[in-house]
Amino acid sequence: MMYDNFALDCFVILYLTFNRFESLAAKGYLLKKYRFQGVSGFSALGSPKQSQDRTKINSWFNRVFNTGGQILFKKISLTASAALLVSTSFVAAETLNWARAGDSLTMDPHAQNEGPTHTLAHQIYEPLLLRDNTGAVEAALATEWGPSADNPNIWEFKLREGVTYHDGAEFDSEDVVFSITRAMSEHSNMKELLSSVKEVRATGKYSVEIETNGPNPIMASNLTNLFMMDKGWAEANDAVAVQDIEGGEETFASRNTNGTGPYKLVSRAADSLTELEAFDGYWGKGEFPLEITKINYTPIKNPATRVAALLSGEVDFIQDVPVQDLARVDGDENLQVITAPQNRVIFFGLNQGDADLKTDDVEGKNPFADLRVRQAMNMAINREAIQKIVMRDQSIPAGVAMPPFVNGWTEALDTLPSSDLDAAKALMADAGYGDGFSVTLHCPNDRYINDEPICQAAVGMFAQIGITVNLDAKPKAQHFPQIANSETDFYMLGWGVPTFDSAYIFNFLVHTRSDERGSWNGTRYSNAEVDEMIVSLESETDLDVRDATVAKIWAQVQEDVLYLPIHHQVLNWGTSNKIDTVVSPEDQPKFKYFTLK
Amino acid sequence: MDMLKRAIASDLFWSFKRSPVAVISALVAITLILAAVFAPLLAPYNPFDPASLNLMNGFSKPMEPNAFTGESFVLGTDDQGRDVLSTILYGMRISLFVGALAVLFAMVIGVVLGLVAAYAGGRTDAIIMRIADVQLTFPSILVAMLIFGIAKGFTPIHLRDQMAIWVLIISIGLSDWVQFARVVRGAALVEKSKEYVEAAILIGRGPVAIIFKHILPNVLSPVLVIATISLALAIISEATLSFLGVGAPPTQPSLGTLIRIGQGYLFSGEWWILFFPAVTLLLLALSVNLLGDWLRDALNPKLDD
Repeated sequence: MMYDNFALDCFVILYLTFNRFESLAAKGYLLKKYRFQGVSGFSALGSPKQSQDRTKINSWFNRVFNTGGQILFKKISLTASAALLVSTSFVAAETLNWARAGDSLTMDPHAQNEGPTHTLAHQIYEPLLLRDNTGAVEAALATEWGPSADNPNIWEFKLREGVTYHDGAEFDSEDVVFSITRAMSEHSNMKELLSSVKEVRATGKYSVEIETNGPNPIMASNLTNLFMMDKGWAEANDAVAVQDIEGGEETFASRNTNGTGPYKLVSRAADSLTELEAFDGYWGKGEFPLEITKINYTPIKNPATRVAALLSGEVDFIQDVPVQDLARVDGDENLQVITAPQNRVIFFGLNQGDADLKTDDVEGKNPFADLRVRQAMNMAINREAIQKIVMRDQSIPAGVAMPPFVNGWTEALDTLPSSDLDAAKALMADAGYGDGFSVTLHCPNDRYINDEPICQAAVGMFAQIGITVNLDAKPKAQHFPQIANSETDFYMLGWGVPTFDSAYIFNFLVHTRSDERGSWNGTRYSNAEVDEMIVSLESETDLDVRDATVAKIWAQVQEDVLYLPIHHQVLNWGTSNKIDTVVSPEDQPKFKYFTLK
Repeated sequence: MDMLKRAIASDLFWSFKRSPVAVISALVAITLILAAVFAPLLAPYNPFDPASLNLMNGFSKPMEPNAFTGESFVLGTDDQGRDVLSTILYGMRISLFVGALAVLFAMVIGVVLGLVAAYAGGRTDAIIMRIADVQLTFPSILVAMLIFGIAKGFTPIHLRDQMAIWVLIISIGLSDWVQFARVVRGAALVEKSKEYVEAAILIGRGPVAIIFKHILPNVLSPVLVIATISLALAIISEATLSFLGVGAPPTQPSLGTLIRIGQGYLFSGEWWILFFPAVTLLLLALSVNLLGDWLRDALNPKLDD
């Protein structure tokens, strides 16, 4: 939708024109108090190297926010400006009106490995293991799990008993085998997470084992977004095969759901409204707050409209407060902004593998194939300017396409390339592109924080080294298939790492694009040596050797300038102050944990 | 000189002088149009040259030095560090260029179809006017969006930015021809039965010559009125399309694009990004519209008091 809710936009303009006077009058909004909250959840990250993770995140956070000590979630409160036009219509019942820029791309839980898609799915479907809102791994449909004592290639799972699907069917090991096999089948976008899996076997009604090709120490964290479906339901509704989303297919499972999760789907109109309702037969009743009983999810692409909806009380929770409106939202006496660093990095990808580019004006050659051009482009991006102006300090400039939460991240890797324009121009001239060239940049406009303005700013920065960039910004529903189908030469992408491990990045973004791996690698980069190292990570049990390989792969990726990193995102959730939650570093609110004040 | 004297002595100029509204709007419109035409000379920066932008200048307040670069801008800068004044001047060029060409396009189509319909009559008339009727049932902005969407699908991606302006012109023009056709047809039907047309037929002139040489000059004054009012509407249509994000590309902002960009920063107090382009658009559309109104009154003796 290019023009969501035009009438509302008009209204907002009018509303603001009047309201602005008030805000200017009450211009004294100064930072009044900072409140810090410690978050304990990270100590249970579930990664083999918890303590190291923890120190790393801490050190990174200190660097970013200069707060010292522990992981802190910053909450900025500003003096509330006086009389406000905001209605106090926080739903009397326990309805949560939730909005964010974009919609879920499909209801098929295995068809897209994408944040907003998983976020909606998490309310309806459940994985074996779950990350709660703090990022800690906890039991969901599996109650006990771990590598087998006898065979290091086998992970054993004990399943939760007495779980039923929304349609009343019982959950058992057959469904787990079915779901994981389905997630490894054609068109599944979850394959990379399961690339080490050899076989899934039911060993009893409530026990399952997963056999891997060699020991896989991080199996557990690969399963936190892998949802369980009912075998019988899928078979009865012709939904055994995963929806081919790039091919434009629609299936029963892409529009209907039957999960075991806390909420069931009542109705859904893509890009407009999805209604969820608490599931009466949920196994977790009494275990989780489950205070919200009804959820209305509305994607609102236009940032001003989205904020206006929050300010007016039309919605209670938005996941992406535009950076320029943070003070406005937090200054509202009925609202709060909760901030946390996100486990996500934003970067540009370049088609460096093809012999010629489709969208450039260089005949018979691919300018991106020249390392010097990529280096020059990497230097031309003024990351600090993007941070200061476009993101208003709500980002951390990045030198590597890996969020600092991830195992393998080092400060040295994340060092920013120098933004030396003269050196960049010299490199361009060296490569024979002293007069520059033109190319099209594809950019989403409803996915990441300020995605389109970042791309626009980049257009100006690349122009300074002679590259004329035509910007083509469009909704993610059209943008992502272009990357998947290798139809773009130059694109923006953001990558969150739910496993908190580098292998996840390598599998999706670095490995040569093939049936099993590299599905989000739109760069056409193919390095057999790197591929081999990536595969070896899966079965490496010696963590020191594994870490050394990870470091080696990163060194190669950085040397080849595979991606042009921009920044790590900072999350800003805007909620009614009746809602009590912490910000999930994966930007995946799970509403069963939300409590109401 | 002679022409000028005749123009000054004409009824039209007399009525112009007597209408302060017309004089003021003419002054405003001419100032704005001249400012747009001479934008490259007047504007302190070239906002369409991405290489000249410094992102660090972004969000500078009007008349205040920027916190990072110390540069100062009369009307401030937008989110990309573009000088708002320069962008308005250049943006106005796009708005006026698109508006004028779209009206011209609509006028040519409308006048030709209207004349043909009136002169040919019968089935041709019925077909043309029914098409016009059908098109009238759709809001013109919807028609423009439809045409814009289809045209965008046909243009190759790397040409899209350059083509966007022409696609805009065609889509607004095509959505606007109906009123020209209807008015011209009405006027031409009256002229058609007059003696001079019959005389022209008698001396053996062909239909094309009669339509364009004899009838056309006599139906031009209502066309002039509609064209002026349409210009204001076309400027607003362009702004609306660009505001909705389907018009001028963000790298070549028109007034509507600027308003769309500025609209996102209202909550945060960066009012100037929206305010100045909006005021410019208002002045431009209002002055042209008032001129059109005056022209309609002056050329229509029935409305004289």
